[in-house]
Amino acid sequence: MRGREDEWTGLMRSAMAGDDAAYQRLLKAVTPVLRAAARRGLARAGQPPDQAEDIVQEILLAVHLKRHTWDSEAPFAPWLFAIGRNKLIDALRRRGRRVFVNIDDFAETLPGEAPQETASAGEVAAQLGTLPQRQRDVLQSIAVEAASIKDTAAKLSMSEGAVRVALHRGLAALTAKLRDA
Amino acid sequence: MDTDQLIRSLAADNAHRAPRVGAVLTMALLVAAPLSILIFATFFGVRADLMSAMRNPFFDMKFAVTLSLAIPAIIISLHLSRPEALLRGWGWLLLLPVGLLAVAIGGEAMMAPAMPMTMRLMGKNSRVCLVAIPAMSLPLLAGALFGLRHGAPSRPALAGALAGLVSAGLAATLYASHCTDDSPLFVVTWYTLATAIVTAIGALAGSKVLRY
Repeated sequence: MRGREDEWTGLMRSAMAGDDAAYQRLLKAVTPVLRAAARRGLARAGQPPDQAEDIVQEILLAVHLKRHTWDSEAPFAPWLFAIGRNKLIDALRRRGRRVFVNIDDFAETLPGEAPQETASAGEVAAQLGTLPQRQRDVLQSIAVEAASIKDTAAKLSMSEGAVRVALHRGLAALTAKLRDA
Repeated sequence: MDTDQLIRSLAADNAHRAPRVGAVLTMALLVAAPLSILIFATFFGVRADLMSAMRNPFFDMKFAVTLSLAIPAIIISLHLSRPEALLRGWGWLLLLPVGLLAVAIGGEAMMAPAMPMTMRLMGKNSRVCLVAIPAMSLPLLAGALFGLRHGAPSRPALAGALAGLVSAGLAATLYASHCTDDSPLFVVTWYTLATAIVTAIGALAGSKVLRY
């Protein structure tokens, strides 16, 4: 467990130093852990586990947009799990449930948790449709069609800078819409 | 959208760098401060007997008290803008102004009183104090909340209350140069009440706007 968390901290340091591949590896590595914790939280609140993926995606968006609040001298896992807990509590509250989030939902993930295939979720996809056209096109191209920033710029006849701005604004807008939904 | 696709788009946005919360908070307070100073200059202004007041240690003490509230409140609010942060271990900093006031009240009690205690406590400006400090706080409170929105506090109402203490501490520092009531008994009563009002507003606003 310790080793896994040290690995996360190392990946996050590389990510913050500009290593996009390390960042992608880190997010993929934490996803099954977040998914398992979200399922446990939903089960405890008497909710069907099929909403877990919505919560996972909300956590990942918050991690992304708030990563400047992570102190690179501090371990990554406590920071990640704090965001995870907050998002889980928010999600359960929105569903009108009395919330009993166990502190350990996030901390005590068993190492044997099977890494699932990627799963889809409805909320991000639904909110995607409400974004301005340009942000939606950019997100569609980069996320769904797996195009690079450069290829997306060429395809949409935009500058790479404009693609980057639209991508970031799109992600921030998605997060805000999910939070206030 | 499946989660792998979302992760791909997050990784593509990794080059985007956000400033630190401290930098945003500092900028927001610097933008808000002129508005509070404008309110101060328009409606209140520095007291006429400033020069002789500066020879009174209880006049100086007011600034020590208000700044010992504002500065620790800034430090704690920045600490709380990290999601995993706890108040524990930091909250005692807020006892600084309380301790200073206790010392000042003790000091005044040992001197020959110039006025009876009830007159020192009630002062001449209690109503002005209760209006002036909240009024001058509002621009600073908005600035502090804007700055802290950049963070990720796990307890938005608590972070908002800290924003209230920051703005009340700074506004009270301005007000202290206007008010002719220097007795620590006046300060502990009316400044505290004014600060409590602003802190409650901050907590309420924070619970709405500091969720992330």
